[in-house]
Amino acid sequence: MSGGERARVIRDGLGLGSAVGLYGVAFGATATAAGLSVLQASLLSLLMFTGASQFALVGVLASGGGPIAAVGSALLLGTRNTIYGLRLAEQLSYRGWRRVAAAHWVIDETTAVTVREGGQELSRLAFVASGASLFLFWNLTTVAGALGAKSFGPVLQAALDSLVPAAFLALLWPRLVRGAELLREQRIVAAGGAAIAVALTPVLAPGMQIIVAALAVLLALGPFASRRDPGPGAGDLDGRPAGAS
Amino acid sequence: MSPSSVWLVVLVAAVGTYLLKLAGLSVPPAVLNRPLIRRAVELVPAALLAALVAVNALSTEGALKVDFRLAALAAAALALALRAPFIVVLVVAGGVGALGYVVAG
Repeated sequence: MSGGERARVIRDGLGLGSAVGLYGVAFGATATAAGLSVLQASLLSLLMFTGASQFALVGVLASGGGPIAAVGSALLLGTRNTIYGLRLAEQLSYRGWRRVAAAHWVIDETTAVTVREGGQELSRLAFVASGASLFLFWNLTTVAGALGAKSFGPVLQAALDSLVPAAFLALLWPRLVRGAELLREQRIVAAGGAAIAVALTPVLAPGMQIIVAALAVLLALGPFASRRDPGPGAGDLDGRPAGAS
Repeated sequence: MSPSSVWLVVLVAAVGTYLLKLAGLSVPPAVLNRPLIRRAVELVPAALLAALVAVNALSTEGALKVDFRLAALAAAALALALRAPFIVVLVVAGGVGALGYVVAG
C-alpha cells in the first residue's frame, strides 16, 4: 500500500476522533447532572466506551430509574457492537490478546471507518487510528464536561437538557433516511418505540419504558413484517455516515 | 439510588457492554448470523433510540411535560434534514433550547 493511502486512512481516523469532542463534553456534563461523580463519569467513558449506551445509562439514572433499567438499556444498545464485531472479525483477524484489546474499540464510528477499507493492513490501520483518536478525545472531553457542569447555571443546564434528545435523534437519523438498510422496518420500529415509551412514561418506573420499547422490533419481525428477505447485505454499514456512537 | 448501587450499575454495565463487543469478534459467525437474529439486532437500536429521544424530550420525573426541549428537538431535526454535521446539530439544539428556556421559562 502507498504512503498516500496510509496518510489518508490515518487522517480520516484522527478527524473522526476530534469531531466527537462536543459530544463527550455533553456526556460528561449530563452524567454529573444525573448524579454521577466525576470519577464515575470518567470511568464510564474509559471502561464502557460506547456513547449511546453511556447516554442511555445516565439518562435512565437522571429520570430516577432503577439499576435494572439502567443496565438493561445500556446492554440492549450494546448488542449492535456484537454485530459490528462479527462484521469486522474476518477483516481485522486479530488473535489472542490483540483481539481482547481490540474488542474495546468496536463501536459505530470505528466500524464505519474500517469497513470502507480493503485488505488486512489498511483495515487494521483504519481501525487503530479511529479507535485511538476517539478513545483519547472521548475520555478527555468527558472529564472536561464533568468538571465544567459543576459551574453550569440554569440556562446552560437548559441547553444541556436540549442536547440529549438531539444527540439521540442524530444517532437515529441515518437509520431513517433513504439509503438505510431495512428502511421501511427501521421507520416502523422507531415510530413504535417512541409511541410505546411515551404511552408508558406515566405508568412504568422511569427507564423501564425504554426497555419495553425494544418490543417494537416485533412490528418488523411478526405478522406485520414485509415478506421480503433482507438478503446477504442486510446490516452492512457501507455508506452509512459516521455518527457519534 | 444509593451510592453503592450507582457504582454497581457503572461496573456491571461496563463489563457487560465490553463482553458484547468481545463476543462479536470471537463467536463463530454462524451462531449469530441467522437472518432473524441479525434483523432483530439491526432493528433494536431504532426502537431504543426513538424511545430515548421521546423520553428525554418529553418526560420529567415520570410525567409527560412539553417545554423548550421539544423546540430544540424540532430544530435538531431540521438541521439533520439539511444534512448538518453532528456538531452543528448539537449546537443548534443547545442554542434553541437555551433561548426557549429564557423566553418561555
